[in-house]
Amino acid sequence: MKTEESINGQAAQEFLKGLWKENPVFVAVLGMCPALAVTNTAINALAMGLATTFVLVSSSILVSLLRNAIPKQVRITAYIVIIATFVTVIDFLLAAFFPDIHKALGAFIALIVVNCLILGRQESFASKNRVGMAILDAAGMSAGFTFALLCIGIIREILGNGSLFGMSLFGAHFEPWIVMILPPGGFFALGFLLLTFNWALQKRKARSTARTVETERLP
Amino acid sequence: MKEVDEIPQEKEPGSAAMIATLGLAGFLSGVILVSVFLYTRPIIAENKAQALRAAIFEILPGTEHYEAMELTDGTLKVVEGSSDEENVVYFGYDTEGRLTGVAIPGAEPGYQDLIHVIYGYRPEEGVITGLKVLESKETPGLGDKIIKDADFQSNFDALKVEPTIEVVKKGEKNSPNEVEAITGATISSKAIGRLLQLSVEKWKTPIDEYLKGDPK
Repeated sequence: MKTEESINGQAAQEFLKGLWKENPVFVAVLGMCPALAVTNTAINALAMGLATTFVLVSSSILVSLLRNAIPKQVRITAYIVIIATFVTVIDFLLAAFFPDIHKALGAFIALIVVNCLILGRQESFASKNRVGMAILDAAGMSAGFTFALLCIGIIREILGNGSLFGMSLFGAHFEPWIVMILPPGGFFALGFLLLTFNWALQKRKARSTARTVETERLP
Repeated sequence: MKEVDEIPQEKEPGSAAMIATLGLAGFLSGVILVSVFLYTRPIIAENKAQALRAAIFEILPGTEHYEAMELTDGTLKVVEGSSDEENVVYFGYDTEGRLTGVAIPGAEPGYQDLIHVIYGYRPEEGVITGLKVLESKETPGLGDKIIKDADFQSNFDALKVEPTIEVVKKGEKNSPNEVEAITGATISSKAIGRLLQLSVEKWKTPIDEYLKGDPK
């Protein structure tokens, strides 16, 4: 009974770490290229996040299943072949079923191959863990990545276009801050979010340290 | 509870094993890609054709059906399933078989990449009657106004192609052959003007000659 509980606890942890403690964008600062390039609207950010989720989860499953069959010396090459296959698959599927989104994301779908978040998870997690755990890790990391992209996309779309998911928010009198949907806007939004995120983390840490000190002082 | 498997590392695998692994991975990946490609290809082609069809009906008002015509050796001939998209235009006809105009696709480098457009041309009057951007990577918020900006689009309600199409600054349009540029998107606006001028130069003569021979 106890072991089952600890397994559940660990499973939840593997999933949740990607969302907050090890968030790929806000903490690990991975995958910056898509995080800056395709987040000019919320819908593009969401589509990019979901495409990355598909690639990351599928590759993690395959890498985890094949972890004992792939010789160590050629593992990176094998991972890249696996990742590139899934990226091309999602590229075709988006072009067939969501042509508008495919048009908006353009070359950045193909560039998911070189998103270091994906190769990083294969090397540091999926290749060393069972399939179940690998799926949880990949899903958590993807959720964290999508969440981060969506935050950047929402800020940029509201300020740069006066709309959210394509719906106008402020009416015709709002003068959009064009710079926010241009490349510099990506850096502004990301910088602001990194600042907020790290400030929150540090404040939390300081609080928990203070608590430990207090408990230690107790006689 | 053992969560992390130890990676067996007793001995070096031989080259054959590595080649076999990568060969197999490449082969499987190839099989998957070919199947997905074959499955999605007709859908993707259909999407593109649908976008083109919608654009033709939009820029040639009153059109009931259209015919693709290919330019070969200076003359226009009807084609089924265009092979060479650069040399194909679409003749639109209304319910009584009268010509509503010609839809001409074209492409020209803009600020970022080629801008692909299709525009309606009425050969009898020598005017352009509508323009639709099919594909562009122009700067969002600035250059991409060529797609939606109502003032810019209204340039093409009845744009004379004679003597030549000129791009002028906003507010300076005073003759029917001038296109008013978008403030902040001069390069994209000029690209559209250049595209139309070059395209009209190429197509005017073959279209006129075809219509002379075919009084429909």
